Amino acid sequence: MDVKYINPFLEGTLHVLKTMAFIDARPGKPFLKKDNAVGGDITGIIGIAGSVKGSFALSFSEKCILRIVSNMLGEDIVQVNRDIADAVGEITNMVSGAARQRLEAMGISLSAAIPTVVTGKGHTINHVLGGASIIIPFDTDHGSFVADVCMGKEAD
Amino acid sequence: MDKTSKVLIVDDFSTMRKVVRNLLKQLGYENIVEAEDGLMALEELQSQKIDFIISDWNMPNMTGLELLKQVRADESLSKTPFLMVTAETLKENVIEAVKAGVDSYIVKPFTADVLSEKISQIEKKYG
Repeated sequence: MDVKYINPFLEGTLHVLKTMAFIDARPGKPFLKKDNAVGGDITGIIGIAGSVKGSFALSFSEKCILRIVSNMLGEDIVQVNRDIADAVGEITNMVSGAARQRLEAMGISLSAAIPTVVTGKGHTINHVLGGASIIIPFDTDHGSFVADVCMGKEAD
Repeated sequence: MDKTSKVLIVDDFSTMRKVVRNLLKQLGYENIVEAEDGLMALEELQSQKIDFIISDWNMPNMTGLELLKQVRADESLSKTPFLMVTAETLKENVIEAVKAGVDSYIVKPFTADVLSEKISQIEKKYG
């Protein structure tokens, strides 16, 4: 996978969490994902199409997403429920949009599908392309999460 | 259009409807109704007088753009202020929304200040 796709998703993630949840996330070193496990307790995944196809996922620890959504809604949410799942879908959607905006500035026009959300300890996800994906780990004062980027080759 | 105006928030994500509702309340708007997609929004528009529409773009059943076109094509609704709040950033989409008659356009994520400024512009435009 071309590494040029990494920064738009990394920057989009930081931008969305800062703007909507007032949270400063700290990115770690990206690495190649070796299996289908994503590591988080709740994951949003969205398909991307255009001059290049792929998918993007955000997978949060329970502690982290509870703080993010509590900040977004201005109320304390103490357990993973439908509101949390809905918020993960919308956060994934917004990060996809922010990343696509940056990619468009690089001459790559993409559109996105409606995101889906998976919950549960130790769950796995499959990217539509089935190929290697890159994990960007993030840490916050309220727990960790990862971005999982899987993009194919650009069409000629 | 003033603080007593009835505002319709259209978004398939309840989180975003709640975020926008909270921000509207901070701006003094109390009369707020919600719809999950364009089709449900049309039902609301046909059953009660709505003064201002804030809509997402990418929704199942009927998109925000299709809703906008239907609103502008309906003589009784065509003058309703319409603000698009969306993660859609493709230039051709923005141009299409402008051609269809959107009053303003906000890209998610957005701050309270940005939403406040856009609503203020629409308030001035419609008096």
